[in-house]
Amino acid sequence: MTYALEISALEKTYKGGFQALKGIDLTVKKGDFFALLGPNGAGKSTSIGVITSLVNKTGGQVKVFGYDIDTDLEKAKSFIGLVPQEFNFSQFEPLVNILVNQAGYYGVSKSVAIQRAEKYLKQLELWDKRDEPARALSGGMKRRLMIARALMHEPQMLILDEPTAGVDIELRRSMWDFLRELNQQGITIILTTHYLEEAEMLCRNIAIIDGGEIVEDTSMKKLLAQLDVETFVFDIKVGATLSELEHFSKQSPEIAYRVVDDHTLEVDLNKSQNLNQVFAQLNAGDIEVQSMRNKSNRLEALFVSLINNKKSDSKAKQQTVAVGAK
Amino acid sequence: MNNSIALKSILTKEIQRFTRIWVQTLVPPAITISLYFVIFGSLIGSRIGEMGGFDYMSFIVPGLIMMSVITNSYSNVASSFFSAKWQRNVEEMLVAPVPNWVIVAGYVGGGMCRGILVGLIVTFVSLLFVDIQLHNIWVIIATVTLTSATFALGGLINAIFAGSFDDISIIPTFILTPLTYLGGVFYSISLLPEFWQGVSQINPIVYMVNAFRYGFLGISDVSLVTAFAVIGFFIVTLFTIAMVLISKGIGLRS
Repeated sequence: MTYALEISALEKTYKGGFQALKGIDLTVKKGDFFALLGPNGAGKSTSIGVITSLVNKTGGQVKVFGYDIDTDLEKAKSFIGLVPQEFNFSQFEPLVNILVNQAGYYGVSKSVAIQRAEKYLKQLELWDKRDEPARALSGGMKRRLMIARALMHEPQMLILDEPTAGVDIELRRSMWDFLRELNQQGITIILTTHYLEEAEMLCRNIAIIDGGEIVEDTSMKKLLAQLDVETFVFDIKVGATLSELEHFSKQSPEIAYRVVDDHTLEVDLNKSQNLNQVFAQLNAGDIEVQSMRNKSNRLEALFVSLINNKKSDSKAKQQTVAVGAK
Repeated sequence: MNNSIALKSILTKEIQRFTRIWVQTLVPPAITISLYFVIFGSLIGSRIGEMGGFDYMSFIVPGLIMMSVITNSYSNVASSFFSAKWQRNVEEMLVAPVPNWVIVAGYVGGGMCRGILVGLIVTFVSLLFVDIQLHNIWVIIATVTLTSATFALGGLINAIFAGSFDDISIIPTFILTPLTYLGGVFYSISLLPEFWQGVSQINPIVYMVNAFRYGFLGISDVSLVTAFAVIGFFIVTLFTIAMVLISKGIGLRS
């Protein structure tokens, strides 16, 4: 099977000796919507830099749609569209020129490039600004311009490095719809983001990188299934008193209730329990619920626990080495 | 992949850049050169008399045109490529399947276009002061084309190594300008003492200015064959260096 991306034993050590990637292995299937998550400095952008040839690797292999970047770099590059983390277009050029020139670098003729520029600028709601210099755009518009630019050669794989950073929620949601649509058209999408909700909503598969190593590489479903306990917050309709709520919570020991205040109740549910049981008990206790939500993003909880586990592992290793050295 | 479209895109972008800021790129050389003509040509030149069998004003015209071509081809590529690095839009080309030779050719072509365009402007300005003779148009075209390519390549290498805007002004200020002024623009090197004539032989600009002057006036301090051999050597050497630097990603890839 040819993958959209195959990375094996990828290493990158910078000049100062900092090892950003410690031999990572990763595969992304064709047509996937893939999340690459990790804390700051974990190696996400370095990985993307190596894939797109902006960073020279120091070891390992990268293949894009079967083409090795060591032997078929130009072919491999032609499959990729990159939306980098930082704005990297000329601030003085009009939007149309930026897009048409970018298409030209991929061998797309000017007449075709002009048609595509119109299509993507309209889809991303930038058409009115087409003749303005890029510096005149707002932050959100600049992010959308970079998406349009990455699509000009109609790539088969789109890599987005924190595309919605600093973008307001309304715009973020419209960008999610746009990305979903692209993925439905068959474009493989690799996304790095700090908004874990974004990864959970969009991506089917996920890898978590920390300290230059992959700490998790699985499907979103399997990852979320690792959650043992999920916390829900119930907003209680005014009426119940604090003492009534506390009395209720003590009456039902099989479900872990916590009273936060006289109109907020938190519930920890494990895998064997379900919300029906909770609602049944609340009904029986004559407690009326106004609304309900997850206490935190589910993926966020897992992400934090995976990163923390890794930190404890490496601490333990260091201690073992130190003891051995003594 | 159609490399000619990629080359055309880089070239178009470069030409659009310097024509968009024409007040900064095309007007100053015309003003500077007019001052040279007024001061060195009319005021001082009239007291100097003939040089190489021609009046002083006619003698310095080819050198002044060549000086403008050299500085403009160099500074166009140095500032444009460094700006692309600084704004990081050079990454637009680096992530695309553009062969390295196309990147070099595109930027050098842009520098040559500005150098030659400024050369034409300066030529038209000089017509206001002196009647220009033409001895061999092909020598003129070959010299101006090859010289602008040489210095555009130099500007590209400077920009690749530059880490700040100061770095792209150091070479023009401390190396290029002295070499140009000592390159026989304002005098024939035959006027120098023997030792300094020998020293002048290692200045490549001497060959470029003299070959160019030959095209206009039919006189030169060096042989045309040597001049073109020297220019050819610099083009091949600088092109090779530029290609190696870009393929290794020096100053471009981490």
